[in-house]
Amino acid sequence: MDFSQTYFELFGLPQAYVLDRARLDAAYRELQTTVHPDRFAAQPGAEQRVAMQWATQVNEAYQTLKHPVNRGVYLLRLQGIDALAADNTKMSPAFLVQQMEWRESIEDARADKSVTALDALSGDLRAAHRRIEAQLAELIDTAHDFAAASEAVRQLRFMDKLIAEVGDVYEELES
Amino acid sequence: MSYSDKVLDHYENPRNVGSFGKEDEDVGTGMVGAPACGDVMKLQIKVGKDGLIEDAKFKTYGCGSAIASSSLVTEWVKGKTLDQAMEIKNTAIAEELALPPVKIHCSILAEDAIKAAVADYKQKHSQE
Repeated sequence: MDFSQTYFELFGLPQAYVLDRARLDAAYRELQTTVHPDRFAAQPGAEQRVAMQWATQVNEAYQTLKHPVNRGVYLLRLQGIDALAADNTKMSPAFLVQQMEWRESIEDARADKSVTALDALSGDLRAAHRRIEAQLAELIDTAHDFAAASEAVRQLRFMDKLIAEVGDVYEELES
Repeated sequence: MSYSDKVLDHYENPRNVGSFGKEDEDVGTGMVGAPACGDVMKLQIKVGKDGLIEDAKFKTYGCGSAIASSSLVTEWVKGKTLDQAMEIKNTAIAEELALPPVKIHCSILAEDAIKAAVADYKQKHSQE
Protein backbone atom coordinates (compact mmCIF):
# COMPACT_ATOMS: atom_id res chain seq x y z
CA MET A 1 0.00 0.00 0.00
CA ASP A 2 1.05 3.51 -0.79
CA PHE A 3 0.45 6.53 1.49
CA SER A 4 0.78 8.97 -1.41
CA GLN A 5 -2.36 7.61 -3.08
CA THR A 6 -5.40 9.85 -3.11
CA TYR A 7 -8.44 8.65 -1.19
CA PHE A 8 -10.09 7.91 -4.52
CA GLU A 9 -7.15 5.79 -5.67
CA LEU A 10 -7.16 4.02 -2.35
CA PHE A 11 -10.70 2.76 -2.99
CA GLY A 12 -10.25 2.37 -6.75
CA LEU A 13 -12.84 5.05 -7.48
CA PRO A 14 -12.85 7.76 -10.15
CA GLN A 15 -11.80 11.18 -8.83
CA ALA A 16 -15.21 12.84 -9.07
CA TYR A 17 -17.87 14.42 -6.90
CA VAL A 18 -20.59 12.05 -8.05
CA LEU A 19 -20.00 8.96 -5.99
CA ASP A 20 -21.08 5.36 -6.33
CA ARG A 21 -21.82 4.87 -2.66
CA ALA A 22 -22.27 1.09 -2.93
CA ARG A 23 -18.83 0.79 -4.55
CA LEU A 24 -17.26 2.97 -1.87
CA ASP A 25 -18.83 0.91 0.91
CA ALA A 26 -17.73 -2.37 -0.67
CA ALA A 27 -14.16 -1.16 -1.24
CA TYR A 28 -14.03 0.20 2.32
CA ARG A 29 -15.14 -3.12 3.84
CA GLU A 30 -12.61 -5.01 1.77
CA LEU A 31 -9.71 -2.72 2.73
CA GLN A 32 -10.80 -2.69 6.33
CA THR A 33 -10.44 -6.44 6.60
CA THR A 34 -6.98 -6.43 4.99
CA VAL A 35 -5.59 -3.65 7.18
CA HIS A 36 -7.35 -4.49 10.43
CA PRO A 37 -4.78 -4.33 13.28
CA ASP A 38 -5.96 -7.73 14.61
CA ARG A 39 -4.46 -9.39 11.54
CA PHE A 40 -1.06 -8.03 12.55
CA ALA A 41 -1.24 -9.04 16.20
CA ALA A 42 1.42 -11.73 15.71
CA GLN A 43 3.74 -9.41 13.77
CA PRO A 44 6.61 -7.30 15.16
CA GLY A 45 5.82 -3.89 16.68
CA ALA A 46 6.91 -1.86 13.66
CA GLU A 47 4.58 -3.72 11.34
CA GLN A 48 1.74 -3.37 13.81
CA ARG A 49 2.27 0.38 13.83
CA VAL A 50 2.19 0.55 10.05
CA ALA A 51 -1.01 -1.50 10.05
CA MET A 52 -2.49 0.89 12.58
CA GLN A 53 -1.57 3.87 10.40
CA TRP A 54 -3.20 2.16 7.45
CA ALA A 55 -6.39 1.44 9.34
CA THR A 56 -6.55 5.10 10.36
CA GLN A 57 -5.89 6.27 6.80
CA VAL A 58 -8.62 4.00 5.42
CA ASN A 59 -11.13 5.23 7.99
CA GLU A 60 -10.31 8.85 7.36
CA ALA A 61 -10.55 8.34 3.60
CA TYR A 62 -13.95 6.69 3.99
CA GLN A 63 -15.34 9.40 6.28
CA THR A 64 -14.07 12.08 3.90
CA LEU A 65 -15.48 10.60 0.71
CA LYS A 66 -18.85 9.62 2.07
CA HIS A 67 -19.64 13.09 3.44
CA PRO A 68 -20.99 15.57 0.84
CA VAL A 69 -19.11 18.58 2.24
CA ASN A 70 -15.89 16.76 3.12
CA ARG A 71 -15.76 15.11 -0.31
CA GLY A 72 -16.11 18.52 -1.99
CA VAL A 73 -13.47 20.07 0.27
CA TYR A 74 -11.13 17.15 -0.45
CA LEU A 75 -11.60 17.31 -4.24
CA LEU A 76 -10.86 21.04 -4.15
CA ARG A 77 -7.82 20.46 -1.96
CA LEU A 78 -6.52 18.11 -4.64
CA GLN A 79 -6.78 21.15 -6.93
CA GLY A 80 -4.80 23.22 -4.43
CA ILE A 81 -7.83 25.13 -3.12
CA ASP A 82 -8.71 25.58 0.55
CA ALA A 83 -12.48 25.95 0.21
CA LEU A 84 -13.11 26.51 3.91
CA ALA A 85 -10.29 29.00 4.54
CA ALA A 86 -11.17 31.10 7.59
CA ASP A 87 -10.25 34.35 5.85
CA ASN A 88 -12.74 33.72 3.08
CA THR A 89 -15.88 35.28 4.53
CA LYS A 90 -17.41 36.61 1.32
CA MET A 91 -20.47 34.69 0.27
CA SER A 92 -23.10 35.68 -2.23
CA PRO A 93 -25.21 38.38 -0.48
CA ALA A 94 -28.46 36.70 -1.53
CA PHE A 95 -27.28 33.47 0.06
CA LEU A 96 -26.42 35.19 3.35
CA VAL A 97 -29.76 37.02 3.44
CA GLN A 98 -31.47 33.67 2.97
CA GLN A 99 -29.33 32.17 5.74
CA MET A 100 -30.38 34.96 8.11
CA GLU A 101 -34.05 34.41 7.23
CA TRP A 102 -33.76 30.68 7.85
CA ARG A 103 -32.07 31.31 11.19
CA GLU A 104 -34.91 33.65 12.12
CA SER A 105 -37.47 31.01 11.10
CA ILE A 106 -35.72 28.47 13.33
CA GLU A 107 -35.87 30.95 16.21
CA ASP A 108 -39.57 31.58 15.56
CA ALA A 109 -40.40 27.86 15.39
CA ARG A 110 -38.51 27.34 18.64
CA ALA A 111 -40.32 30.22 20.36
CA ASP A 112 -43.70 28.97 19.10
CA LYS A 113 -42.80 25.34 19.90
CA SER A 114 -44.15 24.56 16.45
CA VAL A 115 -43.23 21.15 15.08
CA THR A 116 -45.26 21.91 11.95
CA ALA A 117 -43.14 24.97 11.23
CA LEU A 118 -39.98 22.94 11.84
CA ASP A 119 -41.17 20.22 9.46
CA ALA A 120 -41.76 22.77 6.71
CA LEU A 121 -38.39 24.40 7.36
CA SER A 122 -36.62 21.08 7.45
CA GLY A 123 -38.13 20.18 4.06
CA ASP A 124 -36.94 23.50 2.56
CA LEU A 125 -33.44 23.08 3.96
CA ARG A 126 -33.07 19.54 2.67
CA ALA A 127 -34.31 20.57 -0.76
CA ALA A 128 -31.77 23.42 -0.83
CA HIS A 129 -29.05 21.00 0.31
CA ARG A 130 -29.85 18.61 -2.55
CA ARG A 131 -29.92 21.46 -5.04
CA ILE A 132 -26.49 22.74 -3.98
CA GLU A 133 -25.08 19.20 -4.02
CA ALA A 134 -26.27 18.77 -7.62
CA GLN A 135 -24.67 22.12 -8.55
CA LEU A 136 -21.45 21.08 -6.89
CA ALA A 137 -21.34 17.83 -8.86
CA GLU A 138 -21.88 19.75 -12.08
CA LEU A 139 -19.26 22.41 -11.21
CA ILE A 140 -16.56 19.93 -10.25
CA ASP A 141 -17.19 17.01 -12.60
CA THR A 142 -18.43 18.76 -15.74
CA ALA A 143 -17.60 22.47 -15.72
CA HIS A 144 -14.32 22.12 -13.75
CA ASP A 145 -15.14 25.55 -12.34
CA PHE A 146 -13.32 25.19 -9.04
CA ALA A 147 -13.81 28.77 -7.87
CA ALA A 148 -17.59 28.43 -8.13
CA ALA A 149 -17.38 24.93 -6.67
CA SER A 150 -15.55 26.36 -3.69
CA GLU A 151 -18.48 28.74 -2.99
CA ALA A 152 -20.92 25.84 -3.40
CA VAL A 153 -18.98 23.78 -0.83
CA ARG A 154 -19.13 26.67 1.60
CA GLN A 155 -22.87 27.00 1.01
CA LEU A 156 -23.29 23.31 1.72
CA ARG A 157 -21.38 23.75 4.97
CA PHE A 158 -23.86 26.46 6.02
CA MET A 159 -26.78 24.18 5.09
CA ASP A 160 -25.34 21.39 7.26
CA LYS A 161 -25.15 23.79 10.17
CA LEU A 162 -28.77 24.88 9.69
CA ILE A 163 -30.01 21.31 9.41
CA ALA A 164 -28.12 20.42 12.59
CA GLU A 165 -29.73 23.36 14.39
CA VAL A 166 -33.19 22.30 13.28
CA GLY A 167 -32.32 18.87 14.71
CA ASP A 168 -31.38 20.46 18.03
CA VAL A 169 -34.70 22.31 18.19
CA TYR A 170 -36.61 19.08 17.41
CA GLU A 171 -34.85 17.41 20.32
CA GLU A 172 -35.58 20.34 22.57
CA LEU A 173 -39.29 20.32 21.67
CA GLU A 174 -39.60 16.58 22.11
CA SER A 175 -37.95 16.48 25.51
CA MET B 1 -14.51 25.32 25.75
CA SER B 2 -13.97 28.02 28.35
CA TYR B 3 -14.74 31.59 27.45
CA SER B 4 -12.95 34.65 28.78
CA ASP B 5 -14.87 37.00 31.10
CA LYS B 6 -15.07 39.62 28.36
CA VAL B 7 -16.57 37.14 25.90
CA LEU B 8 -19.09 36.02 28.51
CA ASP B 9 -19.99 39.62 29.30
CA HIS B 10 -20.68 40.46 25.64
CA TYR B 11 -22.41 37.13 25.13
CA GLU B 12 -24.74 37.56 28.09
CA ASN B 13 -25.27 41.30 27.59
CA PRO B 14 -24.74 41.88 23.88
CA ARG B 15 -24.57 45.58 22.98
CA ASN B 16 -26.42 46.99 20.02
CA VAL B 17 -28.39 43.95 18.86
CA GLY B 18 -30.90 44.78 16.15
CA SER B 19 -31.29 46.24 12.70
CA PHE B 20 -31.56 49.50 10.81
CA GLY B 21 -33.48 49.82 7.54
CA LYS B 22 -31.26 48.20 4.95
CA GLU B 23 -32.38 50.66 2.29
CA ASP B 24 -31.87 53.81 4.39
CA GLU B 25 -29.49 56.30 2.82
CA ASP B 26 -27.43 56.77 5.98
CA VAL B 27 -27.05 53.04 6.68
CA GLY B 28 -24.34 50.65 5.51
CA THR B 29 -24.93 46.90 5.84
CA GLY B 30 -22.28 44.20 5.92
CA MET B 31 -23.17 40.54 5.76
CA VAL B 32 -20.51 37.87 6.08
CA GLY B 33 -20.34 34.18 6.82
CA ALA B 34 -17.71 31.88 8.30
CA PRO B 35 -17.62 28.65 6.33
CA ALA B 36 -15.50 26.91 8.96
CA CYS B 37 -18.39 26.97 11.41
CA GLY B 38 -21.43 28.14 9.42
CA ASP B 39 -21.83 31.33 11.45
CA VAL B 40 -23.53 34.32 9.84
CA MET B 41 -23.10 37.93 10.89
CA LYS B 42 -24.93 41.10 9.86
CA LEU B 43 -23.41 44.37 10.96
CA GLN B 44 -24.89 47.78 10.19
CA ILE B 45 -23.56 51.29 10.64
CA LYS B 46 -25.52 54.55 10.68
CA VAL B 47 -23.46 57.47 9.46
CA GLY B 48 -24.16 61.03 10.58
CA LYS B 49 -24.01 64.14 8.38
CA ASP B 50 -20.57 64.88 9.83
CA GLY B 51 -19.29 61.62 8.37
CA LEU B 52 -18.92 59.95 11.76
CA ILE B 53 -20.51 56.61 12.58
CA GLU B 54 -23.20 57.59 15.06
CA ASP B 55 -24.70 54.17 15.71
CA ALA B 56 -24.15 50.50 14.90
CA LYS B 57 -26.24 47.35 15.19
CA PHE B 58 -25.59 43.68 14.68
CA LYS B 59 -27.31 40.36 14.39
CA THR B 60 -25.12 37.28 14.63
CA TYR B 61 -26.03 33.63 14.51
CA GLY B 62 -23.06 31.79 15.87
CA CYS B 63 -21.06 30.83 18.91
CA GLY B 64 -20.33 33.02 21.92
CA SER B 65 -17.07 34.29 20.44
CA ALA B 66 -18.77 35.37 17.20
CA ILE B 67 -21.48 37.21 19.14
CA ALA B 68 -18.92 38.85 21.44
CA SER B 69 -16.72 39.89 18.47
CA SER B 70 -19.61 41.59 16.70
CA SER B 71 -20.92 43.18 19.90
CA LEU B 72 -17.48 44.61 20.66
CA VAL B 73 -17.02 45.96 17.14
CA THR B 74 -20.36 47.81 17.23
CA GLU B 75 -19.10 49.58 20.36
CA TRP B 76 -15.72 50.37 18.85
CA VAL B 77 -16.98 51.89 15.60
CA LYS B 78 -19.25 54.46 17.22
CA GLY B 79 -17.79 57.97 16.84
CA LYS B 80 -15.25 56.80 14.29
CA THR B 81 -14.84 57.98 10.70
CA LEU B 82 -15.29 55.39 7.95
CA ASP B 83 -11.53 55.30 7.40
CA GLN B 84 -10.90 54.71 11.10
CA ALA B 85 -13.49 51.92 11.11
CA MET B 86 -11.67 50.28 8.19
CA GLU B 87 -8.53 50.15 10.31
CA ILE B 88 -10.04 47.87 12.95
CA LYS B 89 -8.01 44.67 12.90
CA ASN B 90 -9.15 41.24 13.87
CA THR B 91 -6.03 40.85 15.99
CA ALA B 92 -7.17 43.76 18.19
CA ILE B 93 -10.60 42.13 18.61
CA ALA B 94 -9.06 38.75 19.41
CA GLU B 95 -6.70 40.35 21.91
CA GLU B 96 -9.42 42.38 23.66
CA LEU B 97 -11.61 39.29 24.04
CA ALA B 98 -8.70 36.91 24.72
CA LEU B 99 -9.96 34.57 22.00
CA PRO B 100 -8.23 31.19 21.80
CA PRO B 101 -6.61 30.26 18.45
CA VAL B 102 -9.57 28.09 17.38
CA LYS B 103 -11.86 31.13 17.68
CA ILE B 104 -9.71 33.61 15.76
CA HIS B 105 -11.98 33.14 12.74
CA CYS B 106 -14.77 34.84 14.75
CA SER B 107 -12.69 38.02 14.99
CA ILE B 108 -11.88 37.80 11.26
CA LEU B 109 -15.62 37.59 10.63
CA ALA B 110 -16.23 40.77 12.65
CA GLU B 111 -13.43 42.68 10.89
CA ASP B 112 -14.79 41.65 7.50
CA ALA B 113 -18.34 42.56 8.54
CA ILE B 114 -17.39 46.13 9.41
CA LYS B 115 -15.39 46.43 6.17
CA ALA B 116 -18.39 45.15 4.21
CA ALA B 117 -20.69 47.62 5.98
CA VAL B 118 -18.40 50.56 5.14
CA ALA B 119 -18.11 49.34 1.54
CA ASP B 120 -21.91 49.12 1.28
CA TYR B 121 -22.29 52.66 2.63
CA LYS B 122 -19.68 54.01 0.20
CA GLN B 123 -21.30 52.14 -2.66
CA LYS B 124 -24.68 53.76 -1.86
CA HIS B 125 -23.08 57.20 -1.92
CA SER B 126 -20.86 56.77 -4.95
CA GLN B 127 -23.77 56.92 -7.37
CA GLU B 128 -24.87 60.38 -6.27
